[in-house]
Amino acid sequence: MTDLTKLTLAEARDGLAGKQFTSSEITNAYLGAIDGANGALNAYVAVGYDKARTMAKASDDRLAQGKGGALEGVPLGIKDLFATEGDHTQACSRILDGFHPPYESTVTSNLWADGAVMLGKLNMDEFAMGSSNETSAYGPVRNPWRADGATTDLVPGGSSGGSATAVAAHLCVAATATDTGGSIRQPAALTGTVGIKPTYGRCSRWGVVAFASSLDQAGPVTRTVQDAAIMLKSMASLDKKDSTSADVPVPDFEAAVERGVKGLTIGIPKEYRMDGMSDEIEALWQDGIAMMKDAGAEIRDISLPHTKYALPAYYIVAPAEASSNLARYDGVRYGLRETGRDITDLYEKTRAAGFGAEVKRRIMIGTYVLSAGYYDAYYLRAQKVRTLIKRDFETVFDDGIDAILTPTTPGPAFPIGDNEHHADPVKMYLQDVFTVTVNMAGLPGIAVPAGLNAQRLPLGLQLIGKPFDEETLFAAGRVIEKAAGRFTPERWW
Amino acid sequence: MSVDIDTVHRVAHLSRIALKEGEAERMTSELNAILGFVEQLSEVDVEGVEPMTSVRPMAMRRRDDEVTDGGKADDIVKNAPATEDHFFMVPKVVE
Repeated sequence: MTDLTKLTLAEARDGLAGKQFTSSEITNAYLGAIDGANGALNAYVAVGYDKARTMAKASDDRLAQGKGGALEGVPLGIKDLFATEGDHTQACSRILDGFHPPYESTVTSNLWADGAVMLGKLNMDEFAMGSSNETSAYGPVRNPWRADGATTDLVPGGSSGGSATAVAAHLCVAATATDTGGSIRQPAALTGTVGIKPTYGRCSRWGVVAFASSLDQAGPVTRTVQDAAIMLKSMASLDKKDSTSADVPVPDFEAAVERGVKGLTIGIPKEYRMDGMSDEIEALWQDGIAMMKDAGAEIRDISLPHTKYALPAYYIVAPAEASSNLARYDGVRYGLRETGRDITDLYEKTRAAGFGAEVKRRIMIGTYVLSAGYYDAYYLRAQKVRTLIKRDFETVFDDGIDAILTPTTPGPAFPIGDNEHHADPVKMYLQDVFTVTVNMAGLPGIAVPAGLNAQRLPLGLQLIGKPFDEETLFAAGRVIEKAAGRFTPERWW
Repeated sequence: MSVDIDTVHRVAHLSRIALKEGEAERMTSELNAILGFVEQLSEVDVEGVEPMTSVRPMAMRRRDDEVTDGGKADDIVKNAPATEDHFFMVPKVVE
């Protein structure tokens, strides 16, 4: 039999439905692959061998009866941010030590209802705060990509670094991920995978550990654009348990993948040509423009004047929401507890021991910008700037732009422990400079691998769409994928 | 605007995070780096701009006022570090 872990989601789904192999076979192939790779890559923080095999067996029974769902028997990895009943669910933080939720997130419920199989929980930056997967309490994830001829370990990006590495290294067919400022798209770009952050409200946030509630969205990381379309269809739903989940129909995204871009107008925002943009990113962007033109799209230069203010506004809004959301970790109701001489001492010692440095930094920034005397100057101003950022996008979409093409990240994967990114927190934050605007405006954005740089590391392009028009992003993303090809790392682990 | 070490101690207390020896100094410089970065927002003209409250226009959905969930006391205390008879146990709060 061919190596089942090499199949795309679409191929695995079709092979299972066509009874070419069983879910138990492909699930065991992945469990074996995880055993052989996780020591080196650290993508999984918990592997559910028994549960996976039980779910696979149930899928095989349903497939035998011809009752298979849309993802029947397909083994997936789940980011540790999603609550899965009775399993490890810690947002990769020490403060949730031992937490096993007695409930299931809506997104994962949807996936299991469609027949998918869970392999385990994936590593991530603590509480999804980070761009390198180095803030995890479980240690960094290694990128399966290395520079040509080098042995330096690179980051997979973050916060969904475990998801991106697991998909790129074939340790799951596809993975769930979440994106608050770029946490799906940036790791997808750094690992040569596809990632889509759908429109805010497309996927329910219920049962997803909250970071910044007005920005958080779930989405998939996959090996192809078609796979992302299949995953998103299953993940998305209207959910009574999340009042911000959108009451809009979920289209058959897969049907839009081969639609092409003929007749569409693709905007190229001049403000994304930042000072100091590297030649390789500039060249990649030009390649992307050529791919769109060749496929029949019209290219138009556009202006999104408030682009440069998106990242600073994000670093007020997101920490403010985080400081509020993370107030619940108090050492009383779940997770870690440190003893204290009184209740305040217990809170302070528990939170000091349970949170890592980046999470503490963001809680404190958030507390400061919301505190008396600073609220207007920081938080209220940032929310006004957010209105302006959204207005920029509305203006270009009203002028006939169908989608916007930009780079995904300012550069390729960088080394684990890289001094430049650790000496100054702002330097790390700049990883999200091209992706964060999309979260601030609630829009959908897809990252598609578009080429390798001179060191043979993957680089990605991003497409930004109108609200609830993920279909155009899948169609345009597929154009890039067709022109650029797919990229798989050479195994060193 | 920038913060001094006393402000960092005050914000840490508001955040209910105990700072270790030396941590306050490091945090002061890190917070000031971030506050320096966000300072550029002061150049934006926000006169007459409404602050965003929701990324898309939406009315809050309503539902009938009826009990739809509950009776899960076991589940609720299941993950607690210390419980007794469905109560969360904490150090003495009131003398």
